[in-house]
Amino acid sequence: MTAFAAATPSRPLQAPRRRPEVLIRRAIMTVVMSGIVFAFLSPIGYSALMSLKTEAQYSDPDAPILPSEARTFEYQGESYDVYYVPMPDGSTRELALVRKGRQDSDFVDPADPAAGPITWQGSWRTLSQPWEIAPQWGNYAEVWDKIDFPRLLFNTIALAIIGTIGTVLSCTLVAYGFARFRFPGRGLLFTLLLATIFLPAAVTLIPTYTLFVKLGWVGTWLPLLAPAFFANAYDVFLIRQYLLTIPRDLDEAAAIDGASAFRTLRSVILPQAWPVIVAVSIFTFVYSWNDFFGPLIYLAGHDDIQPLQVGLSHFNGIYHTRAELIQAGNIMTMLIPVILFAMFQRVFTRGIVITGVEK
Amino acid sequence: MEELPVLATARLTSPRAWRLRRPHLTPLARREARQGYLFILPWIVGFLAFTAVPMFATLVFTFFNLTLAQEEPLSFIGLDNYARLAGDARVWTSLANTLKFASIWLPVSILVPFVLALGLNSRYLLGSSVMRTLLFMPYVVPFVAGVLIWNGMLGEDGWINKVLELAGWSNPPAWMFDTTFIYPGLVLMGIWGVGAGVIINLAGLRGIPTELYEAARIDGAGWWAQLRNVTVPMMSPIIFYTLILGVVEVLQYFLVPLVLKNGTGEPGGTTLFYNLNLYQTFFTFQDLSYGATMAWLLFGITLVITLILFALSRRYVYYAGER
Repeated sequence: MTAFAAATPSRPLQAPRRRPEVLIRRAIMTVVMSGIVFAFLSPIGYSALMSLKTEAQYSDPDAPILPSEARTFEYQGESYDVYYVPMPDGSTRELALVRKGRQDSDFVDPADPAAGPITWQGSWRTLSQPWEIAPQWGNYAEVWDKIDFPRLLFNTIALAIIGTIGTVLSCTLVAYGFARFRFPGRGLLFTLLLATIFLPAAVTLIPTYTLFVKLGWVGTWLPLLAPAFFANAYDVFLIRQYLLTIPRDLDEAAAIDGASAFRTLRSVILPQAWPVIVAVSIFTFVYSWNDFFGPLIYLAGHDDIQPLQVGLSHFNGIYHTRAELIQAGNIMTMLIPVILFAMFQRVFTRGIVITGVEK
Repeated sequence: MEELPVLATARLTSPRAWRLRRPHLTPLARREARQGYLFILPWIVGFLAFTAVPMFATLVFTFFNLTLAQEEPLSFIGLDNYARLAGDARVWTSLANTLKFASIWLPVSILVPFVLALGLNSRYLLGSSVMRTLLFMPYVVPFVAGVLIWNGMLGEDGWINKVLELAGWSNPPAWMFDTTFIYPGLVLMGIWGVGAGVIINLAGLRGIPTELYEAARIDGAGWWAQLRNVTVPMMSPIIFYTLILGVVEVLQYFLVPLVLKNGTGEPGGTTLFYNLNLYQTFFTFQDLSYGATMAWLLFGITLVITLILFALSRRYVYYAGER
């Protein structure tokens, strides 16, 4: 295993250039894969566009795909919708509807309101409207207030930071123990550690929950944070794999100089292991941000200490008919993990490869 | 579970007990071992407190009539919970739902990342690393946000149905409200999170020595023959690992319908998955003992399927280092 910052693994040999069939294959492959990537990301586009629409727009099947509003016109102090009106001479004019009638309706020409109403024969319901791009940024402000976003954000970040500190501390110690010390039962214990990955959570949930109830911890952050300080298989594995690549010469030298094991960890190992520490920190932060079940069961009924995801789920329960608000909430919830991912995407992929392939 | 006593001895062993078993352990080695145990102590304590003891307690619970409120006096009731389980139609319906969903989801969750990784690994593809990053991105979208985005996408006039209408399906389904289309809809949602699987498969593909392909080409193997005889056998350990983890996860599947349907099991009881039933037995009815019995049944089923897969793996999985 190489450092986290290492270049991407070598790709297969470059295809020979120039031959036309190679160019065609290249074009087909690239177009097909681009299409798949585009389809894969389209839900984010859907969500972002929906979050900027008005309720009137998405309930209108003829409305355009971009966030827009039907054009209106101010006439004698009132606001009227503008429609495309086919005229008897075959042309189409954009007119504001000022009187709705079943058989005929009155319109005014926004370009020449002084001319007065024009009566048009036919049902106005058959007419279509011109739309103008008009993103509703106010939807975000509305969600911000309605779900008390600052409080949820604070809870989410606080939980993620404390959980990350606990995980990094405990997993570093445990990984150091497994990587640098020989002790009877080490292989068995390490296998047992990895086996916990495959254990269904349901088989430990009931007594654990009952214990937390008896301790009076349910309704506090403790059931979510305390386990983080006792290490987990994925992160211990990740750190151990990295520590195994650090040469032992320096820690042996430190030991000869009389440094304690803990001192060696602090001043020799950690300065060399920071890439994996950063990786585990980012991983844990994002996983903690995305944890839903833990907060759901342990913080039920305590709205003031819940993180974003649970808040978002409740918000959906109340406002599920307001699709634009739900999608704005989704975008707000995913913004920070997605930005972190964009900044550290190489760290993510390296970590996934190590825990997924090398085990 | 059989490892437990060994673990306990390892933790409690005094230096003297050591010497009995390992007379050759020098004082220096003993010091090293002591330090090693000290460093892994956080995990050992956590393992005992949050895994081993709760697992054992869950098993003990199954033989009692424990509830959170405990209105009836606590008593040992032997195998009554298991007898109740055998006659509980809701349990078997929810298990059947889970297995049915698993039979759709598992092949998809193995094949889709594998095929996407094959595509990304193609030497004809331009922009592979950007595409890899973009395909992985939905994996970091918070779970609830992802579910609610897809709930909109699969809505009656969401983008999926818009595309289907353009493709000529005049009356596309209301995915999330249709007993036939709910599982395909949930599978589509699940596909959004295959980014990690793509990365793992891609790393595996890039680890296959190119000599193997060269040798195959010299033997006259075409694209398909190379895929069948080189790629798939060399990838089998990764496919196997993904499958085992997939089985464990899919048997516990229930959070997506919990968010979408608030645990009602709609439409038509199709989203009453085994773990939802377990969750409700525990949290809604607060029946600890019966919930524990259901948890052990789930664990047993997971274990049996995993063991069968491991037995099969001896025949179908190729480990390069082994003879």
